[in-house]
Amino acid sequence: MIDEMLVRRNLLSIEDLGREGILEILRESETFVEVASRRMPKVPALRGKTIAIAFFEKSTRTRLSFEMAAKRLSADTLTIDISASSMSKGESLRDTLETIDALGVDAIVMRHQSSGAAVLASKWVQASVVNAGDGQHEHPTQALLDAFTLREAIRRFQAASVEDLSSCRVTIVGDVRHSRVARSNVLALSALGARITLVAPRELLPVSVEDWPIEAVTEEIDSVLPGTDACYVLRIQHERMVDAGLSDLGEYRRNFGLTIERAQRLAPHALIMHPGPLNRGVEIDSQVADGPNSLIRAQVRNGVPVRMAVLFHLLGTSRNAVEEIDDGRG
Amino acid sequence: MTVVADPQEIVIKGATLVENGVEHRTDVHIVGESIVNVAGELEVPARAKVLDASGCYLMPAFVDLHTHLREPGGERSETVTSGSRAAALGGYRCVVAMPNTVPAIDSVAMVDYLRALCDDTLCDVEVSAAITIGRLGERLVPIRELAGRGVRIFTDDGRGVQDDGLMAEALRIARELGVVIAQHCEDEIHARGGHMHEGKWSSLLGIPGQPSGAEEVMVARDLRLVRELDASMHFLHLSTEGAIELVRRAKAGGLRITAEATPHHLSLTHAEVATYDARFKVNPPLRTDRDVLAVRAGIADHTIDAIATDHAPHSPEAKDEPFDCAPPGMIGLETAFSVAYGELVARANLRVSGGLASQAVTIADLVKLFTTNPARIAGVATPNEQLIASGSPADLVVFDPTERWNVRLGDIASRSQNTPFEHFDLTGRVRHTLYRGEPVVIDATAQR
Repeated sequence: MIDEMLVRRNLLSIEDLGREGILEILRESETFVEVASRRMPKVPALRGKTIAIAFFEKSTRTRLSFEMAAKRLSADTLTIDISASSMSKGESLRDTLETIDALGVDAIVMRHQSSGAAVLASKWVQASVVNAGDGQHEHPTQALLDAFTLREAIRRFQAASVEDLSSCRVTIVGDVRHSRVARSNVLALSALGARITLVAPRELLPVSVEDWPIEAVTEEIDSVLPGTDACYVLRIQHERMVDAGLSDLGEYRRNFGLTIERAQRLAPHALIMHPGPLNRGVEIDSQVADGPNSLIRAQVRNGVPVRMAVLFHLLGTSRNAVEEIDDGRG
Repeated sequence: MTVVADPQEIVIKGATLVENGVEHRTDVHIVGESIVNVAGELEVPARAKVLDASGCYLMPAFVDLHTHLREPGGERSETVTSGSRAAALGGYRCVVAMPNTVPAIDSVAMVDYLRALCDDTLCDVEVSAAITIGRLGERLVPIRELAGRGVRIFTDDGRGVQDDGLMAEALRIARELGVVIAQHCEDEIHARGGHMHEGKWSSLLGIPGQPSGAEEVMVARDLRLVRELDASMHFLHLSTEGAIELVRRAKAGGLRITAEATPHHLSLTHAEVATYDARFKVNPPLRTDRDVLAVRAGIADHTIDAIATDHAPHSPEAKDEPFDCAPPGMIGLETAFSVAYGELVARANLRVSGGLASQAVTIADLVKLFTTNPARIAGVATPNEQLIASGSPADLVVFDPTERWNVRLGDIASRSQNTPFEHFDLTGRVRHTLYRGEPVVIDATAQR
């Protein structure tokens, strides 16, 4: 299985994986969850590999999560601080990436504000490219960790044996149009059989939404909450709301926010997810985000083993290195 | 390089001439800048150079209403000379140079400067001027003074004139002077800075799009101004079904308007953007299959008067950027006629099939779309242009309709290589071009 996956040199889009590829990564992620529970939560799986972490856009959790994943696989990491790099002297993105590549790194984990930047990077460099978010296009590892977290919760609370997300009713609320998280999640969750409803003000729904693999679209959040198994709340940005014709964050909260009152419409088993960072009191109330049904911290925690699985898939050569207990000398 | 004693004599042998829908085999004898004899079979004088044209159409050379030559300011991507060489290879005798240079062509001094640069070109360069100073859309250029200097076409191309009052004033002055206002139809508020057509592909790719409405709103506004002021206008690079329908109806209502479409809008769709290759970024953007079919239908029913390239060279480094960071534009001079011939006449469609009514677009129609109509719009018509006859100027193209050729970057004469047709097999190729009697292109090779 691993060897088949090795031909996938890059992870640019959820579409690169397909259903089987997603399931394979989720299976592998379980191994790394187990690794995390060890006394020494580190394996020599990528010893000798070098991973460059190149973030051209601000990020905390994704960058730290990838760094931690790489380190727990015993890879060496290079973190590129773009504000201190030659790009501030006018070097092009291509030259910057080709320079990193020429150092001989094995993978470049990349975030960039332009949609398609990772796709282009994969044509320019020899190293594997992992898309850690490109503009409004995709954020595939976020969707993988979300799928993993959702399946883990369903297994724990509902049905221990589920393999995919068949018939799980997922409601995604917020600025779907401009969200790479939403784009990747719709692709990943629908590939796993989830039935997705998008909820957003009309202006924040994607153009040509009829081409998306979803079940329904609505501007009425209250009517869909009772039939929701998992409510995925997206981060809302002030500028976007003004574009959408909403006057302020208060109006958004009143119409679309997952407030305490609104959350009461959810079924008792319904799960709450959010990719972070949170605008508490805007798209979600603190009591909901921190409540017993919230998976928000589990999403962050699972980010590490899922990204370990992704990096191992792209760069790993030996299955044994995962089973091996790190002796601390690696 | 071939050096022939003055006056140069050339005999084009075995060409196919189309007259009144009938094809017949013809030889043409050229002395100096003019055709001196046209007959079924001509003796070749000893001093004459022979150009083989067997199996090829002989047509009057083309006129492009829409070429970005990039001089001054953009010499990295094109010069007047390199652009004119690309034009000659494409079969053109004249190109209209767009004024969005750096600085813009917005004064008599800039017009004189650019004309002075055009002394060594392989085709005529008709210098156009901006409508507003610096193309900023704020103040009109001295249109009267520039018209007095012989400028015939005014355009802020690359941007539309957003201000209604300013456009109305430009149209009034143009009507009085008999010059052409050519509008880039894009309502900037409506376009929201979108980098591609807003639709299925922009949604999948996460690239902010501009809706068709951005073009259509501007066409509708301009048609209203033209009607109100009894003015005339030329519409640049129409690309949407709705815009073409608006122009079709306005023409039926008697408005004095003309319109052009590009080779890429009649052949390619927004699906090309799937690879995020910025060579497919262009403004107006590549649109849907429906729009491509509408452009073809507009050509077939004469809503579209001319096919114009919007040849827009950009350096490799400018296009080697993420899609939203790269400038819009694609080159087209060297491939335009082949693309149009392949899509409209041979129907060897590259991407999208159909869109033409049962009556085919003929080679004679293409001559109108590439020569007669644009020459009339640009005011560069020559006497008896449509006739290849004794006494006519020897601005001629020999086009081989059977040659299938693969577009390779290494063969491109433009200084830039941002063609959307790389690796495409095109149908038909310009074999020879004569410019004022000089064979500037022989066997698809530029002679200087």
